[in-house]
Amino acid sequence: MTNPTSQAEIVRQSLKRRYRKERRFRAYGIAAIAVALLALVTLFTDIISKGYTGFLKTTVTLEVTLDQDLMYLEDATDDKALRMADFKAPLLAALQKEVPQATSEREDQRALNGLVSSYATNELKDALKADPSILGTTQTMTFLASDDVDVYVKHKGDTTYSIKLSERQQQWADQLVEKGVIENSFNDVFFSHGDSREPGNAGVLGAMVGSLLTMLVTLFLSFPIGVAAAIYLEEFAPQNKLTDFIEVNINNLAAVPSIIFGLLGLAIFINLFGMPRSVPVVGGLVLMLMTLPTIIISSRAAIKSVPPSIREAAEGIGASKMQVVLHHVLPLALPGMLTGSIIGMAQALGETAPLLLIGMVAFIVDVPDGFFDSATVLPVQIFLWAGSPELGFIERASAAIMVLLTFLISMNALAIWLRKRLERRW
Amino acid sequence: MQPANLIPLLVVLIAIAFALGYARSRALAAPLGGIRHLKSLPFYYAARAAMWCGLPALLILACWLGFEGKVIQTLIVGSLPDDLRPESAGEASLILSQISNVASGALSADFVPEPIAEAATRLTALREDSKLMMTLLVVVIAVLGGFLAWLRIAPHINAREKFETTLRRIFFACAAVAILTTVGIVFSVIFETIRFFDKVPMTEFLFGSSWSPQTAIRVDQVGAEGAFGMIPLFVGTLLISAIAMVVAVPVGLMSAIYLSEYATKRVRGIVKPLLEMLAGVPTVVYGFFAALTVAPFITDLAAALGLQASAESALAAGLVMGVMIIPFVSSLSDDVINAVPQSLRDGSLALGATQSETMKKVIFPAALPGIMGGILLAVSRAIGETMIVVMAAGLAANLTANPLDAVTTVTVQIVTLLVGDQEFDSAKTLAAFALGMMLFIVTLVLNIIALHVVRKYREQYD
Amino acid sequence: MSTLNASLSNEQAQRDLAEASAPAAAPEKPAESVIEYGKTVGTPFSDDPKFTLRDVEVFYGDTQAIKGISLDIAKNEVIAFIGPSGCGKSTFLRCLNRMNDSIDICRVKGQLQLDGKDLYDPKNDVVELRARVGMVFQKPNPFPKSIYDNVAYGPRIHGLANRKSELDDIVENSLRKAGLWDEVKDRLDAPATGMSGGQQQRLCIARTIAVSPEVVLMDEPCSALDPIATARVEELIAELSQSYTIIIVTHSMQQAARVSHRTAYFHLGHLVEVNETNKVFTAPEHELTESYITGRFG
Repeated sequence: MTNPTSQAEIVRQSLKRRYRKERRFRAYGIAAIAVALLALVTLFTDIISKGYTGFLKTTVTLEVTLDQDLMYLEDATDDKALRMADFKAPLLAALQKEVPQATSEREDQRALNGLVSSYATNELKDALKADPSILGTTQTMTFLASDDVDVYVKHKGDTTYSIKLSERQQQWADQLVEKGVIENSFNDVFFSHGDSREPGNAGVLGAMVGSLLTMLVTLFLSFPIGVAAAIYLEEFAPQNKLTDFIEVNINNLAAVPSIIFGLLGLAIFINLFGMPRSVPVVGGLVLMLMTLPTIIISSRAAIKSVPPSIREAAEGIGASKMQVVLHHVLPLALPGMLTGSIIGMAQALGETAPLLLIGMVAFIVDVPDGFFDSATVLPVQIFLWAGSPELGFIERASAAIMVLLTFLISMNALAIWLRKRLERRW
Repeated sequence: MQPANLIPLLVVLIAIAFALGYARSRALAAPLGGIRHLKSLPFYYAARAAMWCGLPALLILACWLGFEGKVIQTLIVGSLPDDLRPESAGEASLILSQISNVASGALSADFVPEPIAEAATRLTALREDSKLMMTLLVVVIAVLGGFLAWLRIAPHINAREKFETTLRRIFFACAAVAILTTVGIVFSVIFETIRFFDKVPMTEFLFGSSWSPQTAIRVDQVGAEGAFGMIPLFVGTLLISAIAMVVAVPVGLMSAIYLSEYATKRVRGIVKPLLEMLAGVPTVVYGFFAALTVAPFITDLAAALGLQASAESALAAGLVMGVMIIPFVSSLSDDVINAVPQSLRDGSLALGATQSETMKKVIFPAALPGIMGGILLAVSRAIGETMIVVMAAGLAANLTANPLDAVTTVTVQIVTLLVGDQEFDSAKTLAAFALGMMLFIVTLVLNIIALHVVRKYREQYD
Repeated sequence: MSTLNASLSNEQAQRDLAEASAPAAAPEKPAESVIEYGKTVGTPFSDDPKFTLRDVEVFYGDTQAIKGISLDIAKNEVIAFIGPSGCGKSTFLRCLNRMNDSIDICRVKGQLQLDGKDLYDPKNDVVELRARVGMVFQKPNPFPKSIYDNVAYGPRIHGLANRKSELDDIVENSLRKAGLWDEVKDRLDAPATGMSGGQQQRLCIARTIAVSPEVVLMDEPCSALDPIATARVEELIAELSQSYTIIIVTHSMQQAARVSHRTAYFHLGHLVEVNETNKVFTAPEHELTESYITGRFG
């Protein structure tokens, strides 16, 4: 055997090399965390920087003279006449007033018209319908700017955005911004409208209501079923093949790709049962099946964490098994179950793929008003907008992502708070 | 009545049944000398009455809602005149959607042939009738059930035991939903897949190297068959998953190691929730990020390096998918590493090993089976991931291993084939189900192996 | 002295009370106040120390686990640490090769020297220290590797062998010293986790001495073993004592009596008494030691 002192010497000599390795290893770890965090930060900055302008709308405020002759409209209470009337003319006249250098040539007029949203005439019509007495008067009215103006005003000078306004229109827009005719304000349209063909007129309300309805279906089915299944498996299930098979199924379903549940929804709920497409009920059912394993697994963990001494105590004074479960185990495990369910619901809220297959990708303008009404949901709305070529929609997709993330983060925060607040440590 | 209104009504009925049951059991107990002379507490008699009232009614309601659509459709189609009667399922769905559009007012009745307009009127009437009948039936069943249970309240009946038995059966039924779901998945893909293999031979599907499912609009059109070889999809899926794993495994594993072995409690307390946040971001958001930020960035970068990158490169989708999977790998590895007993760490450290030597030579080999299980689960997740690839990977079924090229995946094709207007029974639609079946089988095998490995690993140190 | 008396009489009162209420009086622990802080009776110091430990204090967060211990450990001696559970003997042992470093909240104060050099000096390297001061744990903790790899682990990480044959020699030697060679020489590639508990513990000892440490710390090495395996390990300790300094923590007084030259008695973080093993077990100087070895508490 070698002499201990020389042994110690060998060890000492190797130290420098070994500590270098140690430092390198540690650096890899830090680098890995840095990469992950960098990805997180990049993701969030990217979305916020792309999307914050989505919360702003660009409006044009005009003095509109509702001249009867110009509009070919004698009586605003006459619906038929209202439908035939010319609303473009008073708008153009009002714009002409603000942009005096525009000539009456066709091209200039068209350029002028391109400054306001194509929905402006509708707004004008609606205003007249609501109050026929304003016919013949001059009103100060605010219209949405056209999408090209919207993009130009928000992203002037940013090379990543292609500006579609012509030189002339750009000049006019600058001039109007200076005069305060064109201005940015909080985008209330975004929160009060459904989808639209025009970004300026598109909002997330429809998708939000659709998500809410879908989540209600999911929650009211998956929570009771999940908790009941967890109770059965933890407390009543006999040790047999069937129970094992159920367990294997649950664990496996938790890892099945979500799109498979979409296939299930399409084949069973829509094709077999003939349920309608694109409705919250079917979406909710599909998401329920998808979140069920998560809820069952977390509920079982919550039940497991209730110490056996509590059960024994209750059984010791003659409570039936069901009474033990309902009176003691369930109340004690409920906070844990709730936490797991909220996390499951957050997953379901962000889920997109299965809903594409059951037709929730349809273009739906109206805000849904029931569980059997055609609807879309927030993540699908994001998908739809993200795929459209208009810059205005990309911006709104980012804004919708922020709305979605806000919901998800609050749900997770709620879950964490619940866990801290209610969960007992044994 | 709308089911949304019917359910509150049912709740009210159940509450009434409960209250009446409670009152009757107390009334029965009073002459006997108090509730102690009942076999069970009044609560259980009442709960049993409520169950009798609610359960059958709810079951009927669920069945009605489930089959109503199909039955009405069949009735409507059956009532059409012979010349309009559809010959294929595809035609049927076309006519049905026309009818329902007329019925809902989306399509003016003036624009369709008269029988269709008549059918639309019939549809509206049938729907009304169906709703009325459903409401009546459900209410009658509920009242009847509640009444019967109420009649059967008697002191000698052990209501608690009966109530508990029923409840236990309900609990079992809920647990069995997991089996039903699996069965549902298998059934929903298997029939369509078999029908698909009638049209396209299985060997062509499994081993064909060309994928272009554009079946002809007219039967006699050139190239009418379309090609259904899934190899390019398979390769594309593997390519993107491989890129994702190259990102996720080292980053996830190393951050798990750092967090469990080196980080102080405070750092861990901050970094772990942040990593979990990455896991909570919906996939559609990752898809948005991949398609609109990462993909253009990669194209620009490749151009700067003198390379040609497609606008929808496998690399962009793979990288972002990797980021998505980082927290998954990291939390699974963290669990596994923490399950390695402290005594092994101590044993190694006491011999004078540095922390990294302990990690690399003792903990990691000991945790390897568990980590492999976790990685398999991550692979299964990558293969099944849909939104990122739908948004960022594109549709071109290229058979390539170049990460800068566009590829397509199984999930992308499922979505593309099934979203939008589809004809039933076409090879195109059926192909989506066949792909779904492949996806299900592959992920199932991966999951079962992974879960088994992880469980064995846990047992080893328990 | 008056406080001591007061507390003694107080203790007496409590004992009376306990006897009055419970006829079969449970043995109770004497109050801490009968021990003087930092004071050890017997022969804690040595002329030729391997370890020189003065006023050692260990804290876990706010709780003090070791309360001012001063002790010398001589070269090539076997010293046993005994005492009731929770008395700090294991904590103290773990200070000697800085195994407590990995516990975040643990702080060590005082003077701890190995061959006159401060253990906790930042310049003194922990890896080198542990190569010199090996440790065997309570529960056998073989790595989930082959028997050979377990023993070769230490020499490999320290680079003690240049060739495979050298490593083979080290492994064989260590296994021979641990008395395990004949049992395992034909299955060196078998996984170590498949061995019996006693074999595993001897393997851990072989693993420790494969690095040729100067000191071997043993933390209750036999507590998880059956009597026959214990006897083998004790024989092994006796053999090893010829070339190593061995510090052994044990719950079994018989074991301490059998294997050690000196015995140190710990109580609630204090080192109460250190003496020749014979003396501790036949004529303890301190009343607590006496109470402990006569089984009044444990």
